[in-house]
Amino acid sequence: MELFFNPFDNLLCILLGISFTVWFTLLLVFIIVPAIFGVSFGIRRLYMKTLLKVFEWATLRIERGAKEKNHHLYKPYSNAIIAKEPTSLEEEIKEIRRSGSNKDLDSAPEFEMSDIFYFARRGVESIMDDEVTKRFSAEELESWNLLTRSNYNFHYISLRLTVLWGLGLLIRYGFLLPLRVTLAFTGVGLLVFLTSVIGLLPNGRMKNFLSEKVHLMCYRICVRALTAIITYHDSENKPKNGGLCVANHTSPIDVIILASDGCYAMVGQIHGGLMGVIQKSMVKACPHIWFERSEVKDRHLVCKYSIKGSFEIGATVYPVAIKYDPRFGDAFWNSSKFGMVNYLLRMMSSWAIVCSVWYLPPMSREEGEDAVQFANRVKAAIARQGGLVDLLWDGGLKRAKVKDTFKEEQQKLYSKMLVGTQEDRSRS
Amino acid sequence: MGSSSSRLDRVPGAKDLMEETGFSETNILCLYDRFEVLDREERGYLRLEDFEAIQQLAVNPIGDRIIGAFVFPGRETLDFPSFVRVLAHFRPTDTTWSRSGSQPEPANSRTRKLRFAFSLYDQDGDGKISRAELTEMLQAMLGMQVTDEQLQSIVGRAIQEADLDRDGAISFDEFKKSVEKVDIDHKMSTRFLR
Repeated sequence: MELFFNPFDNLLCILLGISFTVWFTLLLVFIIVPAIFGVSFGIRRLYMKTLLKVFEWATLRIERGAKEKNHHLYKPYSNAIIAKEPTSLEEEIKEIRRSGSNKDLDSAPEFEMSDIFYFARRGVESIMDDEVTKRFSAEELESWNLLTRSNYNFHYISLRLTVLWGLGLLIRYGFLLPLRVTLAFTGVGLLVFLTSVIGLLPNGRMKNFLSEKVHLMCYRICVRALTAIITYHDSENKPKNGGLCVANHTSPIDVIILASDGCYAMVGQIHGGLMGVIQKSMVKACPHIWFERSEVKDRHLVCKYSIKGSFEIGATVYPVAIKYDPRFGDAFWNSSKFGMVNYLLRMMSSWAIVCSVWYLPPMSREEGEDAVQFANRVKAAIARQGGLVDLLWDGGLKRAKVKDTFKEEQQKLYSKMLVGTQEDRSRS
Repeated sequence: MGSSSSRLDRVPGAKDLMEETGFSETNILCLYDRFEVLDREERGYLRLEDFEAIQQLAVNPIGDRIIGAFVFPGRETLDFPSFVRVLAHFRPTDTTWSRSGSQPEPANSRTRKLRFAFSLYDQDGDGKISRAELTEMLQAMLGMQVTDEQLQSIVGRAIQEADLDRDGAISFDEFKKSVEKVDIDHKMSTRFLR
């Protein structure tokens, strides 16, 4: 009996050993080395194209299956329920007043009881039909990405589809996830090890140079660990030394994405508002990362100083907009629902994280603008580029803040109609 | 597409709703689809958080009051028929209905539309818009954009103009009078596409 098992055992060991070596070599060659040099083989883009083709097929299959079984699929774009009037707040309220007012219109318009009709109608219309909810659920169905967490409609439409989904599951959890976890550990491990080694070096140019390289390399490995496919736009506007980089913050991955393309000293705000992560790029970039990492308490102080201070000092601000493509995986982190580990696991078992980074032209505070107004201007520029949807679906605390900003806009418009004219009256 | 009657079967009580509210078959189907989209957890009814998730509504200065017309203490869950009944207020007015006829007053009559608007002001439901309620409403619509004094003066003037019997509050009839020339049908109606 022994003789029977021994050679088999040996064979197993040898096979394991070989596959491990092969595995590691592949890892090294295709992922780690390119990460060091910042090169890319384009494997991830190829992967992305293939995935898209598969998703298309899956979606068509669902639609066909649904039609056959006479199920009803919600097709948002073809189903506008109501005709929305494209008139502005001011126009509409003026119109309401014009028809209802007994007074001569030359006299200053004031509040009318009928003003409410505009807001009421708009509100009810948004209940019947609104852009955002449409788009959100559209993403669930227009292109199904074989993740049950984003679509609940695929139940047993066809055996082939279920098999494909099962296969996808196997690939994601059996192959991609272990790969990515390995990479993540490698990346982080290397980062810690190498930065400690470099820390022993005497301060000087060499140290800074090496530390920059090490940080970049490790962040790039982390990027590959998430299979993040990032497209950088307008790199000519990339933040320069001495400037302040401000980005919209939808997920903790943002930090890794930006850091893999440039060297930043980070000042993190843990529960940020729209400003989220504020990164300061300075000449002595990297030592600051060590500083704030080892002393958590100090981070808060640096944080408070920087956020107020940096918008008041005449620094140049480089706004950056990060936008995630939801077709491949949902990068949104509902921090009240899921913990960090859970979130990372979800990220690593998605197909990929595909996002775009736009480096917007630098802005600086203008004459007569206070810090708050300037901050709002930066916010607006990022919002315009990143698209409203992403900013608003931002989770708990942040949602409240953003909602208030936009509500304020409407209040401002309306108040101008009332109060603005009151000032005129007091003058006359 | 399959026969529309089979699709209508998906909607419980559709025929009755159509008769009661005057919505067409297509309207009911569209609204049912919409109801299902809003009902993200697929519970079969809507709750406060489903309405709060509508972004465009959240940034409406009187958004929470409008939501209060749908769900409120005493009716925390909203089923589809009730959903439709509230929305029926915003159908364009039927020119064929007359008050003297035998048919019950539909939700989209001029008076009922005004009642809806009045209820947005009259939060405690006592049939009068008090000075406090008017102040609250204006505060919602204006936010931080005006000073307290400006707010008070606007409220004062509005009450002065509308309160005809000088009881310090605006009743429904006084409200009706103050907006009698407004084209309610147009301003408190939504054009449905099919």
